[in-house]
Amino acid sequence: MDVFLTQILNGLDKGSAYALIALGLTLIFGTLGVVNFAHGALFMIGAFCSVFLQRLLNMSYETIDPTKTDFLGNPAVVKTPYVESWFGPETGAAIIDWSVPLAVLFAIPVMIAIGFIMERGLIKHFYKREHADQILVTFGLAIVLQEVIKALYGANPIQTPAPDSLSGVAVLAEGIVYPVWRIVYFFFSVVVIGAVFAFLQFTTFGMVVRAGMADRETVGLLGIDIDKRFTLMFGIAAGVAGLAGVMYGPINAPNYHMGMDFLVLSFVVVVVGGMGSLPGAVAAGFLLGILESFASMTVVTEIIPGINQIIIYLVAIIILLVRPRGLMGRKGVME
Amino acid sequence: MLGLGKKDTSLLLVVVALTMLAPFILNPFPSDSAMAQFNAGYPDLMQRFVIFGIFAIGFNILFGLTGYLSFGHAAFLGVGSYSAVWMFKLLSMNILPAIILSVIIAGLFSLIIGWVSLRRTGIYFSILTLAFAQMSFALAYSVLTPLTNGETGLQVNLDDPRVLGVSATADGSIPVTNLFGLEMRAAYDMAVGPWTFTFSAGYYVCALVMIAAFYLSIRIFRSPFGMMLRAIKSNQTRMNYTGLNPKPYTLAAFVISGMYAGLAGGLMASMDPLAGAERMQWTASGEVVLMTILGGVGTLIGPVLGAGLIKYFENIFSKINDTVLHSWFAFLPDGIEDFFVSIIHPFVGKGWHLTLGLMFMLVVTFLPGGLVEGGQRIAKAFRKKEDDKPKSPSTEPAE
Amino acid sequence: MGILEVKDVGKRFGGLQALGDVNLSVQENTCHAIIGPNGAGKSTLLNCLVGKLIPDTGSVMFDGNSVLGRSPHEINQMGISRVFQTPEIFGDLSVMENMMIPLFARRDGSYRLHAIESVSTEKELITRAEEMLEEVHMLDKRGMHSASMSRGDKRRLEMAMCLIQSPKLLLLDEPTAGMARADTNNTIDLLKKIKEERDITIAIIEHDMHVVFSLADRITVLAQGTPLVEDTPENIKGHPKVREAYLGETQQV
Repeated sequence: MDVFLTQILNGLDKGSAYALIALGLTLIFGTLGVVNFAHGALFMIGAFCSVFLQRLLNMSYETIDPTKTDFLGNPAVVKTPYVESWFGPETGAAIIDWSVPLAVLFAIPVMIAIGFIMERGLIKHFYKREHADQILVTFGLAIVLQEVIKALYGANPIQTPAPDSLSGVAVLAEGIVYPVWRIVYFFFSVVVIGAVFAFLQFTTFGMVVRAGMADRETVGLLGIDIDKRFTLMFGIAAGVAGLAGVMYGPINAPNYHMGMDFLVLSFVVVVVGGMGSLPGAVAAGFLLGILESFASMTVVTEIIPGINQIIIYLVAIIILLVRPRGLMGRKGVME
Repeated sequence: MLGLGKKDTSLLLVVVALTMLAPFILNPFPSDSAMAQFNAGYPDLMQRFVIFGIFAIGFNILFGLTGYLSFGHAAFLGVGSYSAVWMFKLLSMNILPAIILSVIIAGLFSLIIGWVSLRRTGIYFSILTLAFAQMSFALAYSVLTPLTNGETGLQVNLDDPRVLGVSATADGSIPVTNLFGLEMRAAYDMAVGPWTFTFSAGYYVCALVMIAAFYLSIRIFRSPFGMMLRAIKSNQTRMNYTGLNPKPYTLAAFVISGMYAGLAGGLMASMDPLAGAERMQWTASGEVVLMTILGGVGTLIGPVLGAGLIKYFENIFSKINDTVLHSWFAFLPDGIEDFFVSIIHPFVGKGWHLTLGLMFMLVVTFLPGGLVEGGQRIAKAFRKKEDDKPKSPSTEPAE
Repeated sequence: MGILEVKDVGKRFGGLQALGDVNLSVQENTCHAIIGPNGAGKSTLLNCLVGKLIPDTGSVMFDGNSVLGRSPHEINQMGISRVFQTPEIFGDLSVMENMMIPLFARRDGSYRLHAIESVSTEKELITRAEEMLEEVHMLDKRGMHSASMSRGDKRRLEMAMCLIQSPKLLLLDEPTAGMARADTNNTIDLLKKIKEERDITIAIIEHDMHVVFSLADRITVLAQGTPLVEDTPENIKGHPKVREAYLGETQQV
């Protein structure tokens, strides 16, 4: 039983990331009808928002401390971050320590802005083009974004640690030890998913968007300017992907190709969940995350070595063959 | 000639001439000049031109004719490479059986993947092929290590059996790949004044295979089968109600293009007998898509042009470093020189992929028909200009 | 026994009974029109004949064989060709290529890997395609990109593509919808000529009564998913039930 629970927990953090990315992909696909291959890059940029903030907060000025010497015997150079001198050493250090959670606040406007620019500048010209063209242009964009980040931050992963108080492990029950940050990540993603659903459920804006997902033409005929709302929707989807990335930093140090790694799996998640179904995307995300975690148990890998690396693809292929619409796909959507 | 129309024959002849004379054409700069680094006439690079040309020609048969966008064709190339290396390990270093096996195995592999993926169309199809490619990559990278030698990649060793050949040569080294004794790495240097031209056996083998592959693709394009594939892209409903079953047609196209990829993979291993999992990654599939698009989807010559161009630029752009840039802008005042260098720097050298990505976006957005369409537009513009001139009464009306 | 025998065919979509117990017998070498107000189930019935829909109940026999459970391309190979309400042609292909494809389908069946032979060497098929184009007055458009043609030309091309297959049964789904009067008359003339010259059975769905009464040998009136009456055009004209079904519609019955 403990083993069982541990595996489920282990699957939750990856599952949360899949669910968040897949949610954004589905929003974009459902509302705009566009397959966005650059969505993984948005996740990656989100992660680099926290890298950026961390670097920013660590910006320091140098002073020479005559009382100390370095190993060569010269007077030691002491670096003091500006935030420490502005807010006092303790508050300043705390701000730096909490740079990842703080990056959430920073990432929201940044990601939404990036989403707007992407939609207005590029994607909108592709609504009437073939799906193949949409795939190709967003694929090109994904390469560009990832190369820009590589040029700015280098090819190596950059550590973005969680705040000290959240970086230990928690004993959840006897025999079940689990990193605190992963619990935080899970609850964070639940909150974000809940917020998106509540937004779609309870606001007029959300209502129009849902109607648009069901039947775009009719909503257009009602004289509602659906395009403007869809731009905002793209911003929101980008924001969700970005948030998923920001908070994922402490679990997996951000690197420039993390977006591509997650993108393929997230596509599989979307397809398994059912193209255009938001609950399907979320459910499939968690399901496949947990499944992957079970497949990586030693008991399993001893029987079939490496099964954890291909299990998601295998399941996706089987599901698509047995139930082409996906778990919760609606009839008539992209068939 | 050869069962081709007039236009197609001349196109084929142009391709033959270009590939056969490539060692001259690609080496326009004297070997000791500063521009020599932009020469592309050395065997390794020329081999890559034609091998990726084959890959793209095959991909175009699927994507260009039927419109089914596969994001997994690199998997077939990888499978082809692994099969060839296994032949080198077990049978002999002769490339012919190796290449034949590559094509067969890649064909079987694409039959299975195609059969499953083609049950869906549109983006579902693309995502399915993507999933298959990533799965193949994972299989090659770790799961099937006994077959693929995992991360390290599959290589030929001294203790391989090679039942029809020798495990090691007389001087104790690993034998090299050959075609009935003609060594693939054999090359002849011809010096003409300050120029040096290299003729490599390996390149000419690849080039001949590519010409054959190109000829076959022309035949397919002009055949009833090719017409059916275009009909599938155009209107599947009408296809069905005309009594035709689109499934076997698309599957056949998928398998044919998979075999082309296997052929390319086999040739790649024949030139350099090793195979690695990275050849199967989906970004590698993306590259062949880009070659096809850049050259011109659904055109005969487009994929060959696209493959050559991308491989050429990849080679040249990666070579340009800051020293080269500084030497280019040396005539400018220092401040401005540094400014230009720092602007161009991110796009060259290691930043080649950034240029590639931008090119991808620009081509898809502004020139969906690729270079071939671009050329046609330019030709049309010129013709228009000529049309504007007063016509002599004897000229035939256009069309 | 007619060439097409529809027996007790029923089809439900959720709560809607689109077709209920439809019986229909189309005699060989006649033109049978199916008319009825909007939503009467005409298109559903047609889709059941060509394999796009499978009826819940009943049977559809064509030339002594059941069509149920067969896919559209198999049914076409049995000898049924269909013209759509909005023309379905191969828009990316030339007019001539559009004509060649049905010829290949007739000669080689639903699939053949003839990947090496050239289309241009199929002289016999090319001649037949040209003759057919001549018959529909489109030979001068043979090299045209078919998507760039007018709607009327697209319809004529689609009709020619179906006729060149020499089908035993030709299904026409509102072949003159949205056409100008002159075009409609041309279509009627073409169909009349085909009827006289070939052994062909035609089933036509049509709103335009002028077309129906010019062509049909028998007429079935469909209302709310069931056949109201079936009779000759003369008797249908004055039938009270038909008037009732069309009440409120401005058709000149």
